[in-house]
Amino acid sequence: MSARLTALHGNHACALASIAAGCRFFAGYPITPSSEIAEHMSHELPRIGGTFVQMEDELASIAAVVGASLGGLRAMTATSGPGFSLMQENIGYAAMTEVPCVIIDVMRGGPSTGMPTRPAQGDIMQARFGSHGDRPVIALAPASVQEIYTETIRAFDLAERLRTPVTVLYDQVIAQLLESVAVPPPEAVHVSERKWANGAGPAYQPYAAGEDGVPAMARPGDGHRAHTTGLTHSESGFPTQSPPVVDRMMRRLLGKIDVNQALIEKYETLMADDADVLIVAYGITARAARRAVTVLRAEGVKAGLFRPITLWPFPEAPLRRLAGPARAVLVPEMNAGQLVLEIQRLVGRDPPVHPLGRIDGEPIAPDEIVTAVKELAVHA
Amino acid sequence: MLDAAPSRSFDPKDYLRLQYMPHFMCPGCGHGIALHALLAAVHDCGIAKDDLAVVCGIGCSGRVGGYIDANTFHTTHGRPLAFATGLKLARPDLTVVVVTGDGDCLAIGGNHLIHAARRNLDLTCLMLNNEVYGMTGGQASPTTAATRFTSTTQSGAIEPTFDACALAAAAGASFVGREVTRQAPALKTLIARALRHPGFSFVEVMSDCTEIYGRKNDLGEAPEMILSQKADMRPDSHRDATDQPFRPHALPTGVFVERDLPEYGARLRAHAAAIRKEAGR
Repeated sequence: MSARLTALHGNHACALASIAAGCRFFAGYPITPSSEIAEHMSHELPRIGGTFVQMEDELASIAAVVGASLGGLRAMTATSGPGFSLMQENIGYAAMTEVPCVIIDVMRGGPSTGMPTRPAQGDIMQARFGSHGDRPVIALAPASVQEIYTETIRAFDLAERLRTPVTVLYDQVIAQLLESVAVPPPEAVHVSERKWANGAGPAYQPYAAGEDGVPAMARPGDGHRAHTTGLTHSESGFPTQSPPVVDRMMRRLLGKIDVNQALIEKYETLMADDADVLIVAYGITARAARRAVTVLRAEGVKAGLFRPITLWPFPEAPLRRLAGPARAVLVPEMNAGQLVLEIQRLVGRDPPVHPLGRIDGEPIAPDEIVTAVKELAVHA
Repeated sequence: MLDAAPSRSFDPKDYLRLQYMPHFMCPGCGHGIALHALLAAVHDCGIAKDDLAVVCGIGCSGRVGGYIDANTFHTTHGRPLAFATGLKLARPDLTVVVVTGDGDCLAIGGNHLIHAARRNLDLTCLMLNNEVYGMTGGQASPTTAATRFTSTTQSGAIEPTFDACALAAAAGASFVGREVTRQAPALKTLIARALRHPGFSFVEVMSDCTEIYGRKNDLGEAPEMILSQKADMRPDSHRDATDQPFRPHALPTGVFVERDLPEYGARLRAHAAAIRKEAGR
């Protein structure tokens, strides 16, 4: 069976992809501009034996999602900036206890209540550092409705395979865009089965892992009667403050991302190999940048695009390789300069890395990027 | 599974993770009595350890679950009821017990309590009320009685307190009861009734914090505190001026609410089945 072409709204595509990925539990709280995801899930899940529950707030939503995942279901929530802020503590809990879950954050203008119906890309650093302490982070940034579909499925795959929360970040524009999507047939959708501790025997250690850094998970009722805690724990799952054990456990937890970087990393380039000015853009802004590259090339300006689809962990090596020969790097984004900090860290001072921020609730237009690149091409 | 007859007499050792003994509760703390009563009730109800999930929050009460040989979850501060809601909806086959405290349940987690009560999902919530934040060093909680000294009410507490049972009942809980740790057999019976009740059961356990709260308020040692529970729990009409009540306002004990309301999980599954039938799936 081949893919079926259909027109979908971004948030609807996210809901359909989640169901295709095997998500059978959704807990959420209404918030613009993500609410359509909850609405679609509330309609679909009861029809396929899943569970939808509207919780009393976002703190409860993510807690219920983690609870359902601990029970063995593929589980998710969806929110926007203010709700994403409220979820941070329990996202950290899921990272620490290694409970798979997917969080959709549809980004709107901030800070605070900001502009609920306007797009922004202001949650990039919150997705990376929003929860206290050091924790493994995976965040994906689709740029089209098609990619919302494929990246939501990938989010479930990575969450289940690596036993960690995965955030999908996209802005209000693509959330509410209607675009054609090639919906893959069910047999083409692959989501890894979580590593279960079934039959592990009495020597089972809930947080002992092999080379991939991913421990096998006990499921209530399987006889292991494991303990799960957000306190720093040893392989046994019980709390410890022994410095060497804490160090070992934290390095394994954080290293889970490094060991699996190749699996997680995803990016796309457009005429980036010989670019004088390399544009680094994600989400809807990357589509304006793609247009800008075409316009600039037609005018003889050697512009190129590096588009991270996995935002965290950032695809460091390919960016360094492509930015190295360029004369300048431009980072357009709908915030006051967030991902640009990471690009400056990775690239250093040569070539210079410039921000192009927009914080007025409007998406960045191709001609703004064209103008900025031309200035850099002249002065570089 | 709830009605299976216990195959042998109750021995708490059968239900404890003995490798983690001795526990870390302070001498005289009432939480151990509450734990014992919970395990005895689980035994009486014939609940298999593999089918038991205990979800705790943060604080002294939050550490109770770690000693139970079951599927145990030590979650975040104030959120155990929300975690338990997800777990129970995902796994209706499990008996899910939440162990929480007065700060965890009534302050930071108050919103989750009223909504869990309203929803009436089949959870058993044990709120261990020791009137203080013990783990963090004895700060005032929403149940710290007026005039009591704590590390954040050094001239005496002035805020009104919550009546947790009245709150849970008003929010719609279908089973509500209170018992003191002094009455351990009655506490066990109450918890067993709560476990058997289909729907949201709220049990407030009046526990004592001897080391941090009792000492600061000159309430005596553990024996004096536990004996004083008797006076505390008497109705006002049966108290006299010579009483030196631990709790200035007497709190009644027993079962206050036991009503037959639709259980949320069953209702949700029936609703989904009706939708599927209508949709022809």
